[in-house]
Amino acid sequence: MKPAPFQYHAPGTADEAAAALAELGDEAKVLAGGQSLVPLLALRLAVFDHLVDVGRIAGLQGIERRDGHLWVGAATTEAAVERSAEAADAVPLLARSTPFIGHTQIRNRGTVGGSLAHADPAAEYPAVALALDAELEVLSVRGPRTIAAADYFTGLWTTAMAPDELLVGARFPVWSGRCGWAVEELARRHGDYAIAGAVVGVELGDDDRVRRAAIGLIGLGSTPERAAAAEAEAAGRPVGEIDAAALGQAAVAGLDAVPADLNGPAAYRRRVGATMVSRAWATACEEARRA
Amino acid sequence: MHEVPVEIVVNGRAHRAEVEPRLTLADFLRERCGLTGTHLGCEHGVCGACTVLVDGQPVRSCLQFAVQARGAEVTTVEALAAPDGELSPVQAAFRDAHGLQCGFCTPGFVVTVTAFLRDHPDPSDAEIRDALSGNLCRCTGYQGIVAAVRLAATSVDVSGRLPTRNVHGMVSPAPPPPS
Repeated sequence: MKPAPFQYHAPGTADEAAAALAELGDEAKVLAGGQSLVPLLALRLAVFDHLVDVGRIAGLQGIERRDGHLWVGAATTEAAVERSAEAADAVPLLARSTPFIGHTQIRNRGTVGGSLAHADPAAEYPAVALALDAELEVLSVRGPRTIAAADYFTGLWTTAMAPDELLVGARFPVWSGRCGWAVEELARRHGDYAIAGAVVGVELGDDDRVRRAAIGLIGLGSTPERAAAAEAEAAGRPVGEIDAAALGQAAVAGLDAVPADLNGPAAYRRRVGATMVSRAWATACEEARRA
Repeated sequence: MHEVPVEIVVNGRAHRAEVEPRLTLADFLRERCGLTGTHLGCEHGVCGACTVLVDGQPVRSCLQFAVQARGAEVTTVEALAAPDGELSPVQAAFRDAHGLQCGFCTPGFVVTVTAFLRDHPDPSDAEIRDALSGNLCRCTGYQGIVAAVRLAATSVDVSGRLPTRNVHGMVSPAPPPPS
């Protein structure tokens, strides 16, 4: 249960970290909070010759409202998001999904960027990023670039980032108007990875028609999934005419890589997913109607 | 392998050492500081037995390398009791409310609960259970632990000082609120 030996690097800036990644190549891995990486190292499911610790780089920290979006530094801890009034106000889905992540002890170390870069399909922040069309800021020695969340999650624990690229931050769009938000998960124990879950955002017009809907799915594929067909089905319709249960069914209808495990077969997960979507949809719409 | 210098303040005392980067904070505390109260159960972040406070916040010390804690202030279970050995309110409540049996998980629980009650002095039962969810106990079935947290919460008076309590009293299902 002890990690294999590695060389430790603690660059002071994001540029230095990117330079280190470029120099060290495939043998290096970024270490932030370590709440996913260190277990993999301890179990020796992963071995790296070099770890580049970005956890203390000041430029990767912070939660800031910038024009039209909320910027969250990659090394910002989940606990910081949990405490942030700015996050709760600007991107409620980000704030409300946070208590579902692990436990207090995990959230005090785990980072937003770590969760997004680890890209676990059962994790909360990847689903939120995908549902809200977040943009991921990455940096390498070739310069900075921005990746849309829709292009970022490319496979199981796999992202569009090159091995020498560092995740610097994420921009989450800020919605305004009559909005409602909800997160629903089913897990055997609180803090476990959910069997299935859903994150939902909805904006209603003054006429109670759905102006926009965002539905992210947790644990229902090899990547976080977005229920685009269900979103399209809801858009423009009077919210009172939308049957939440039917919408839940629509959200899981097109999924083709629902995992099966000890918690049950894929069909069970799919059913749980539909229920999570319908519950989250109902809750989010209720909030939006009162707004 | 290449060793690196670290300096970590543990329970108010600075500890300097040359360590391998792969040395976890938990092993640093146990092997380099001789503080074996921090227990290692699973060593991959599941059980919570190794919970310590880093800069006041509870973390799993098996999921943090000692080098990552350079310059940090770490508080372990050894710092909770008074210098004369008198148990802290949380420790006393665990004893009084049968919040432990074999005791292996207990250091992680009492450290977690100490920070939790600092931040949530009047928790609901749901908040208590949520706060305990990151720590596993294989003996008690948790009921005594939940009762211990309730007892500890009621034992701290509003000024933060500790009233004397009947240390032999088994906690009742609903202990009286502080006056």
